[in-house]
Amino acid sequence: MKALKCRECGREYPLTANHVCEFDFGPLEVAYDYDRIKKSLTKAAIESRPKTMWRYRELLPVATEPTVGKQVGFTPLIKTDRLAKALGIRELYVKNDAVNYPTLSFKDRVVSVALSRSKELGFDTVACASTGNLANSVAAQAASAGLKSYVFIPSDLEQGKILNSLIYGANVIAIKGHYDEVNRLCAEIAGKFGWAFVNVNMRPYYAEGSKSMAYEIAEQLGWRAPQHTVIPMASGSLLTKIYKGYQELAKVGLITDSKPVIHGAQATGCSPISVAQKAGLDFFKPVKPDTIAKSLAIGTPADGFYALKVMRDTGGAAEDVTDDEIRDAIKLLAETEGIFAETAGGVTVGVAKKLIACGKIPKDSSAVICVTGNGLKTLDAVNGYCGKAREIKPSLREFEALLAQQEKVNA
Amino acid sequence: MSGVIQNPSVKVRIPTPLRKLTNNEELVYINALTVDGAINALQTRFPGIQERLVDDKGEVRRFVNVYVNEEDIRFLKNRATPLKDGDEISIIPAIAGG
Repeated sequence: MKALKCRECGREYPLTANHVCEFDFGPLEVAYDYDRIKKSLTKAAIESRPKTMWRYRELLPVATEPTVGKQVGFTPLIKTDRLAKALGIRELYVKNDAVNYPTLSFKDRVVSVALSRSKELGFDTVACASTGNLANSVAAQAASAGLKSYVFIPSDLEQGKILNSLIYGANVIAIKGHYDEVNRLCAEIAGKFGWAFVNVNMRPYYAEGSKSMAYEIAEQLGWRAPQHTVIPMASGSLLTKIYKGYQELAKVGLITDSKPVIHGAQATGCSPISVAQKAGLDFFKPVKPDTIAKSLAIGTPADGFYALKVMRDTGGAAEDVTDDEIRDAIKLLAETEGIFAETAGGVTVGVAKKLIACGKIPKDSSAVICVTGNGLKTLDAVNGYCGKAREIKPSLREFEALLAQQEKVNA
Repeated sequence: MSGVIQNPSVKVRIPTPLRKLTNNEELVYINALTVDGAINALQTRFPGIQERLVDDKGEVRRFVNVYVNEEDIRFLKNRATPLKDGDEISIIPAIAGG
């Protein structure tokens, strides 16, 4: 790490807990010395290290060895031939962060970085504003690191996601409002208390953790970037950081710059970025979210401008899907590949399906779909949509009768 | 001062990055008819604050979110959003999700 740098005006700041340029409110981002990294970070060095996100440590914003979440990442990249056939594309992969450690979402990556950095900076209390997954990961990783935690969530979240924070002993504060209101309150709280707010004052470090998803995809493909990557968008941060990850690998000579195309996925009920992209705009209009994809329900996406720019610069597209299309896509992924994704994964698979069908992802190409969270956390969303268990007495005759009946239905 | 109509008195919450300009004042009371008027009133009191909030085309900077009584002004009438006595304006940097 060299400094924090404003993405808007380029002013530099010291490497403290600070996320906003004093001059234009632009977001601060970590700057690195890539020439130096290029010399030490070789494929051989990386391949000799444990299979976690930290094998790319030089490209992540910590000053010393990470202390929190050392086992996070290196989730499976699965060649999904049955899904590829269903969607009509030559080659398709799923990057499966539904099985990330420890809390089953990609947020474990960003929290591992944010909390490691928070400890370096001397904080004893960490906090976040969250649509659920981030709260789960902050709660769990703070517990394992011996840090106090406060997590702020919209009060209408899925029960599973609330319990998944409470169990770790975190202070869970449910706000009567949608995520953007939680976010606004947290920005005010963060200014008042001396805490490490992972997605407020620690955001420059936190957001960088997402790049590890791109590093892993490239390494798992045999050190190359995929032709197409489909990424869910809430604030738009993940999309911009995955693209940055591919670019950095090219910059330090680990892959050649193959001009990867980056596509963004949203739910129709909260689609400020995809609506703007489809209209050819470089700005978005905030919306009030109404979708079952609650982890993506951010109506005022902080990185929306940058996400639009990445899609424009790479020739990518954005699309959005309805609640019914989300459920269908969750089922399709489960039935073809045995992967149970949360609603955000349904959004990404559903959008990939649309982009392949309309040719924006050509049928003869190769694509990676990023699945960022686990279906076990959003059971409410599919409850009642995937059939029912059929109940019988413990009797062979009843079972045979049931099978016979089923054969009749299938005939 | 009978006969003189005073503009509504509103409370403005100043975010941390701007407090150097307000002598560390967190809460500021001003009189203004609209959000635009409030920004002008702030500039009169704290010279330099306007260019932090508004770009050279006069638009609110894209990473600045302005709220009146906790509602984003982009859901109201943007800078023309009218103010009344006792309203609260919050100025908040956009932050990341999720």
